[in-house]
Amino acid sequence: MLRLPPFRYHRPGTVEEAVSLLHEHGPDAMPIAGGTDLMPNMKHRLFTPAHVVSLNGIGAMRGIGVSGATLRIGALETLHDISTNPLVRGHFPGLATAAGQVAGPQLRNMGTIGGNVCLDTRCTYYNQTEFWRGALGYCLKKDGDICHVTRVGRKCVAAHSADTPPNLIALGASLTLTGPTDTREIDAADFFITDGIWNTRRASDEILTEMRIPLMGPVSNGRGGDRDNGRLRPNARGVHRRSAYRKLRQRNSIDFPLLSVAVVGDFEQDGTVAGLTGVVSALGARPRILAGWDEIALGERLGPESIEALAERARAQCRPLDNIIVDAEWRRAMVPVQVRRALEELAGGRDDEPQSRNG
Amino acid sequence: MEVVRLRVNGDERACGVPAHYTLLEALRYGLGLTGSKQGCDKGDCGACTVIVDGRAVLSCITPVWEAEGKDVRTVEGLANGTETHPVQDEFDLNGAAQCGFCTPGILCSSVALLDRNPSPTRDEIRAALAGNLCRCTGYAKIYDAVEAAADRLGG
Repeated sequence: MLRLPPFRYHRPGTVEEAVSLLHEHGPDAMPIAGGTDLMPNMKHRLFTPAHVVSLNGIGAMRGIGVSGATLRIGALETLHDISTNPLVRGHFPGLATAAGQVAGPQLRNMGTIGGNVCLDTRCTYYNQTEFWRGALGYCLKKDGDICHVTRVGRKCVAAHSADTPPNLIALGASLTLTGPTDTREIDAADFFITDGIWNTRRASDEILTEMRIPLMGPVSNGRGGDRDNGRLRPNARGVHRRSAYRKLRQRNSIDFPLLSVAVVGDFEQDGTVAGLTGVVSALGARPRILAGWDEIALGERLGPESIEALAERARAQCRPLDNIIVDAEWRRAMVPVQVRRALEELAGGRDDEPQSRNG
Repeated sequence: MEVVRLRVNGDERACGVPAHYTLLEALRYGLGLTGSKQGCDKGDCGACTVIVDGRAVLSCITPVWEAEGKDVRTVEGLANGTETHPVQDEFDLNGAAQCGFCTPGILCSSVALLDRNPSPTRDEIRAALAGNLCRCTGYAKIYDAVEAAADRLGG
């Protein structure tokens, strides 16, 4: 039995009220949506806010729809709804797949995409009961001053473990944050920082209200698409975008990723690559955008040789740590495997079909 | 203590709870509905699964206030009076329960599935129950029972 620490529950009806409650109570207040991350963490005494501010009554933070040249997704949309929504599945199958692979069905019915983006980092030595953590003398991230992963490090290396952000980054999404004084937009790629203790640029009194994903924008080389009467169509040169997501985990359900790979590619009509982005996560505190892919892939077709070269390039820059209970060397060996599988899906996939549920 | 009003299995109930109670604690310790089980108590195992507004959710990590004004169904509310729900009946006939601790949650996940999708495939059943851990049965008889219940409901 794990009891929650005492708190007061607030249920504001607007973003403004919610932000003002967060601002008023400062570090004593935290926002909650689905609660699937915060509630267990509070039961573990990782957070003990005196005030919990529910966002669930804020209608303006719901909805999925085309807005200009982007798909707008309200932060309160559940992961189940993201994974089954026809617009998301049609335009961003990698994102739909990722949302559909978060945890298990009940958690996807509760958890929201906003919460997934703001998910706390995770570590073997952090996501434990207070008794467990205390027995080990606590850790850098919470209540202690030693990192049990790196032993000597002064920087927390808890792992970014959310499934949707690597896809949002690869798709060039922007996030909208509302705080007490203003509303700002930030690229998903700039949202995360390499600090395992607080790994996002969201201030504690800011709320992530929505995200916008370009329907056919630049991937890595600035080439975009056109829209015709509000409907997405390939750009003038017939470039099509595809996306795929691979998640390594012990079981095909419930578990957080041991390694995750999101890939987004733009393909000319003849199958050559016009743009390719890969993002790998569940390594350190922020997702890693893979470097050096353009020189291998641009202007080439995705065949066995180029895919092998891309997978090897990925392996060379990913170094999993012992921050997740499964062996880091094995997770590293799985980097090229998962990257290869993601790219093979990208090469073989159609433009409008999500990948199968799992595998 | 504060008073929370819940609609559980069709009944309007009020109970006094501390503000930091979960829905599961309110059901078990406020209303005496101990069918929903307190297993891992942190959202992993699925033993506390209940149906809120038609969707299977985990009551152990649902703040009780989020259930106010919603329709909550627990394992106690699946039967129609003394007549068991076909899923319950088929769990019995197929030997789908052993120790029984996970059963209330699995029944709720199964009923939420069948209410939405009356004739699920085996894979859809597996996917719908992927958030419920059972350490006894190995799942095969559970899937058999849900399939049989779907046949009965459809036929």
